[in-house]
Amino acid sequence: MKYLGLIWAGLFRKKLRTTLTLLSLIAAFTLLGLLQAVNSLFSGAADFLGVNRLITQASTSFTQPLPMRLLPQIEAIPGVDSVNHSQFFGGQYQEGRNFFPQFVVNPQRLRRAYPEWVMPEDQWRAFISTQDGAIAGKNIAERNGWKVGDIIPLNSFIWTRTDGSRLWEWRLVGIFDGRDQEWSERANLMYLNFGQFDEGRVAAARGLAGVFVVRVKDPQQSEQIAATIDAKFENSSDETKTQSEQEFQLGFVRQLGDIGLIVNLITGAVFFSILFLTGVSMSQAVRERIPELAVLKCLGFTDHKVMWLVLAEAFALCALGALLGMLFASVVAGALPPDFPLRTDGFVWAVAGVSVLFLTLAVGLPPAMTARRLKIVDALAGRGAESAFERGLRAGLDALFRRRDAIEAEEAST
Amino acid sequence: MSRLTQVREIVLMNLRSIPDRLAASLVIVVGIAGVVGVMVALLSMSSGLEQTLGGTGRDDQVVITRGGTQGELASFLAIGSATLIKQDPGIARGADGLPAASGETIVITEVPRPGQRSGANVSLRGIEPSGFALREGFRITAGRRFRPGVLELIVGKGAVEQFAGLEIGKTLRFRGASWTIVGHFESGGAYDSELWSDRETVQGAFARAGVSSVLAQLRSMDAFDGVKTRLTTDPQLDVDVRRQRDFFSGQSGNLTTIIGSLAGIVATIMAFGATFGALNTMYSAVSARTQEIGTLRALGFGALPVIASVMAEALLLSLAGGVLGAAIAYLLFNGYAVSTLGGSFTQIAFQFAVTPGLVALGVSLALLIGFVGGLAPAIRAARLPVTAALRGG
Repeated sequence: MKYLGLIWAGLFRKKLRTTLTLLSLIAAFTLLGLLQAVNSLFSGAADFLGVNRLITQASTSFTQPLPMRLLPQIEAIPGVDSVNHSQFFGGQYQEGRNFFPQFVVNPQRLRRAYPEWVMPEDQWRAFISTQDGAIAGKNIAERNGWKVGDIIPLNSFIWTRTDGSRLWEWRLVGIFDGRDQEWSERANLMYLNFGQFDEGRVAAARGLAGVFVVRVKDPQQSEQIAATIDAKFENSSDETKTQSEQEFQLGFVRQLGDIGLIVNLITGAVFFSILFLTGVSMSQAVRERIPELAVLKCLGFTDHKVMWLVLAEAFALCALGALLGMLFASVVAGALPPDFPLRTDGFVWAVAGVSVLFLTLAVGLPPAMTARRLKIVDALAGRGAESAFERGLRAGLDALFRRRDAIEAEEAST
Repeated sequence: MSRLTQVREIVLMNLRSIPDRLAASLVIVVGIAGVVGVMVALLSMSSGLEQTLGGTGRDDQVVITRGGTQGELASFLAIGSATLIKQDPGIARGADGLPAASGETIVITEVPRPGQRSGANVSLRGIEPSGFALREGFRITAGRRFRPGVLELIVGKGAVEQFAGLEIGKTLRFRGASWTIVGHFESGGAYDSELWSDRETVQGAFARAGVSSVLAQLRSMDAFDGVKTRLTTDPQLDVDVRRQRDFFSGQSGNLTTIIGSLAGIVATIMAFGATFGALNTMYSAVSARTQEIGTLRALGFGALPVIASVMAEALLLSLAGGVLGAAIAYLLFNGYAVSTLGGSFTQIAFQFAVTPGLVALGVSLALLIGFVGGLAPAIRAARLPVTAALRGG
């Protein structure tokens, strides 16, 4: 700790260079923070989902609705607690500027399937008893300024009414919230009562349920129950595919492509650039100070201590840049509209921490070793050795030029 | 010496000394190569997607869907409506005297990607025999065409690459029945990401009474307005009529916009980092040359040649970085095949396309960074007091 002042003084010996390097580091870590937040968002998209829910969809595609008659058959399977059905409605509200998903469900069954949603008792009752009833998540209700009793027109791009129109009116009878912070943030959807939906749509489509949300009694049995459900409908025209809710959600994300790969490639490119830049800056800083380091050694600092001083300086530089960059990334992520729920969570900070350690070693170790090996006499005379990195670079380049010279000489002689 | 010769001499002298400051100079090259490489690679993704979708359509063919739907997936036309549409006088007739139009049924199916259990949405398109003739670029690359009335499929070449288990002879299970893959085809654009079969077979197997869209050949380019007016005002129909090219261009959805803004944000932040790196390099280059600059000024060289020499160094290094970055992006990603979820909620297979325009954009950004990074150090170099500079600053 007593060397803190020394490290600080060494760091800001050349204010301009350190400041510029620091700014580069801040930019790099801002980007790293934001990119890894994207990564964390997509990879952890479904972590919060319970393991006791399964989704049964048509094996051909989840866009093919399954018929309602499968419901009692699934419910009869031992170990199944309850079954809800859910149909994506695909409604647009007001020119579709703010998109939010809506699902047509059986209200009573929804309540059993998703105890994570909380709502006053009378609103649950109203949802169950109102044929054209709808409930909205707290977040979208706030965003659109809805209150209970409002009529919400939704223009479905999938479902046509018997009269040929696709405009459906829903009566808002409740506003639900999540039972904890995590679910509260996700209250961005709307549930519609199956009653009006099934009655209103064209006859050919009636009786189609969509997908089934199966709640199992014991999560340990999930896999076995999923297999039982699929076996039950095998070789029928309604073959099913049952997977955990988590797997189902991840399937959506995977459809977009390998986001993790893209994000990590960019992070890699950023990291490589910053490694190079900081490395050069550090080795410059140490080379300029070789006589000073020799003085330190004269004063009785051991080789080891001098090495640690240089390493500590590299660490201080990287850590400071990373900290400021990550703070900036957090501010930016927090300021994004709620459609982009980026968070610099523990995972992101861990990635940044590991990056700092790696960066410190990569950029600090070569000059630190140079400082350690320094002979006092040479150093005082200003005969500092080049860093290993620079030596390597120069050797490579010399070889290249020599070969070119040789080729030119050969050409000249022929 | 004229001013121009002065500038030339000093610039050349300075550029020859770059190898002495190699490590620091490489900071500019590597930093800018990173920025340009990432930006060009990201943008090549959206340009590839646009090329695929834009390359799908023809202007003398129209796609007719249910009114108010963006894609074919949510569209539904009763068979009667499809027949009515085909009889429009603006639609060309084939050699057999029948309308050159194909009513097509789209269903979404799930096919796994290699190494994954969960499926990706892939369109299964049921076409009429006339559908082959309507797609000029269509050819079977392996195997044969499907036979009507049998559960047989042919697979587009993009889908073959992107998804697992689509080799000839393999079977796919849909709704309790097995479909045999009998051929691979190439048709250009978005169609290459699809599975094709006979329309009536698809309708039967998936219990679909109608079609999703009608693809029709216009009698001539100018026939479009007539067809559109007649069909959209016909009280028996509720349809949208679009030229095929426009229809598919609309299918990229917001994807190109999203990729574009992502590339913009990433490139901006990286460009800031690279600019600070360039400033660092150029300041240290100037400080290494302090005595040299002092000597030149004492000999009577003006401020302009000094500025020019610093700027030339910065611009040359950033140019090298830009070219390097674009080259890396080209070598690693040009032609890299991927697939993503398109506007119609099914997979579109496409290839990254590093176009000359993108390379030019990348190199311009590189030069901009070099310019900004060189300017302040150049001015400082020109302003160095001669006496102080001679003593080494």
